[in-house]
Amino acid sequence: MMGTLERSSLAGPPAAIPVNAGPGVAPKLKISGLNFFYGAYHALHDVELAISSNRITALIGPSGCGKSTFLRVLNRMYETVRGARVSGDVRLDGEDSLAMDVAQLRRRVGMVFQKPNPFPKSIFDNVAYGLRVNGTRANVRLIEAVEHSLRRAALWDEVKDKLHKSAYAISGGQQQRLCIARALAVDPEVLLLDEPSSALDPIATAKIEELLFHLKNNCTIVIVTHNMQQAARIADDTGFFLLGKLIEFDKTERIFKTPAKKETEDYITGRFG
Amino acid sequence: MFSLTAACALAAVCVLFWILGFLVWNGGKALDFNFFTQLPKPPGELGGGMANAIVGSAQIVLIAAVIGIPIGFLGGIYLAEFGTGAFPFFVRYTADLLNGVPSIVMGIFAYAIVVRPLHQFSALAGGVALSVILIPTTIRTTEQFLRAVPQMLREGALALGANKWKSIATIVVPAATRGVATGMILGIARIAGESAPLLFTSFGNQYWSTSLRNPTASLPVMIFTYAISPYPDWHRQAWAAGLVLLAVMLLLNIGARVVLAPRALSSYLR
Repeated sequence: MMGTLERSSLAGPPAAIPVNAGPGVAPKLKISGLNFFYGAYHALHDVELAISSNRITALIGPSGCGKSTFLRVLNRMYETVRGARVSGDVRLDGEDSLAMDVAQLRRRVGMVFQKPNPFPKSIFDNVAYGLRVNGTRANVRLIEAVEHSLRRAALWDEVKDKLHKSAYAISGGQQQRLCIARALAVDPEVLLLDEPSSALDPIATAKIEELLFHLKNNCTIVIVTHNMQQAARIADDTGFFLLGKLIEFDKTERIFKTPAKKETEDYITGRFG
Repeated sequence: MFSLTAACALAAVCVLFWILGFLVWNGGKALDFNFFTQLPKPPGELGGGMANAIVGSAQIVLIAAVIGIPIGFLGGIYLAEFGTGAFPFFVRYTADLLNGVPSIVMGIFAYAIVVRPLHQFSALAGGVALSVILIPTTIRTTEQFLRAVPQMLREGALALGANKWKSIATIVVPAATRGVATGMILGIARIAGESAPLLFTSFGNQYWSTSLRNPTASLPVMIFTYAISPYPDWHRQAWAAGLVLLAVMLLLNIGARVVLAPRALSSYLR
């Protein structure tokens, strides 16, 4: 297997396949020549990828393949890790996101984490947090935005009577949808999700998947998942990472039915990983 | 072996209750309303109280808190949130070292930097001496409780466009408030009972102190002065002062537990 990998690395980086970018349609996110290092460890190798607007893009691959690291490059969350270093080009609507004001970037590119991480505050204050740190003070505006975001996250009906109760008083699945609502409150253009349902039961997972399906109408969604069925169910496009390389990126259907690379086929048919 | 360990444990508890019993018995006999409202009487005259020492202690501890709490708290934030590298290691090491320095040394220090230049003993000097004891404990407890706040809460705030300072001020510190407050209360309880650093800084005063720059009475020093005096009535008052000090400690400790108890950290460490 190592032989195959080395050969593919000798062959150079995999070419970007602009699956949805028809003529004249610029990608929402365009990543080129991306390399990432944790200290001396080379975590991502020459990643080339174009992510289209209003689609769900899934990133799959075995643990430690770099898919979460890649996600954290898109909103520069990697900067909290000491010794992390990135080279290459990441463009959000054509703008250089690596050079952008980081707070500005994170308002435009929201993130939902693996484990629900509501703040130890009320449900209302959780959702309003992003608006408040970005300077919104008017109560009317906050109340409106909190309701709107909770509705978008399909949580409003379940929490509307306990907005001022602690966010820890609701179930894990509800907490994760609260985190999605919190991210949506600042109206991001892109929503990154890092294995958002890995800590949830199947029912809560189904709710989140359904939610993402609706959200893509006004948001571009990038989701990291170790669950291939999940990728197959919800994603329009899928990228397969292995040992820090983007092996293949294409329409989800093609990745799962007729993958171009042998490594992809081996992974999705369960031969490793 | 079991009985030996149990006996030693019992001995420890016995010593504690012995002390408590002594204080309550002797102090209770001497304690009256005048103790809280009157000034000390000259030797030979019976009665009087320690109102000036109670107020003086409060002043000195307040000065120590005003100096020590902000420095300790902000230093603790630095160590917890920005603390990697040689300098933070050095700060941590120094704080731990300072924690182990005998408190009388802090008194000598405050004598040198406050009493000598001002040419007199003062509440200010006593406050400085106690603040030097308060800073290292506050810095380390603040650091520990901030570190216990899960990393994912910090990331959650940063991911919403908060900068580092906003995430600390609006998420990390509020999440750790109970623990940090407890550390501060226990630190204050500790310095409130210190006598050695006050002996030659705030010194003592039989009357009301009119200024923070004058010698000021304090309960621990009063206990020391009265206990070594040859007058039985002063001995009684020393016991009463000991009981009052103990009650203050107890209240502060209970207060700390009440602050920390209900849900504390456990509520979001699930």
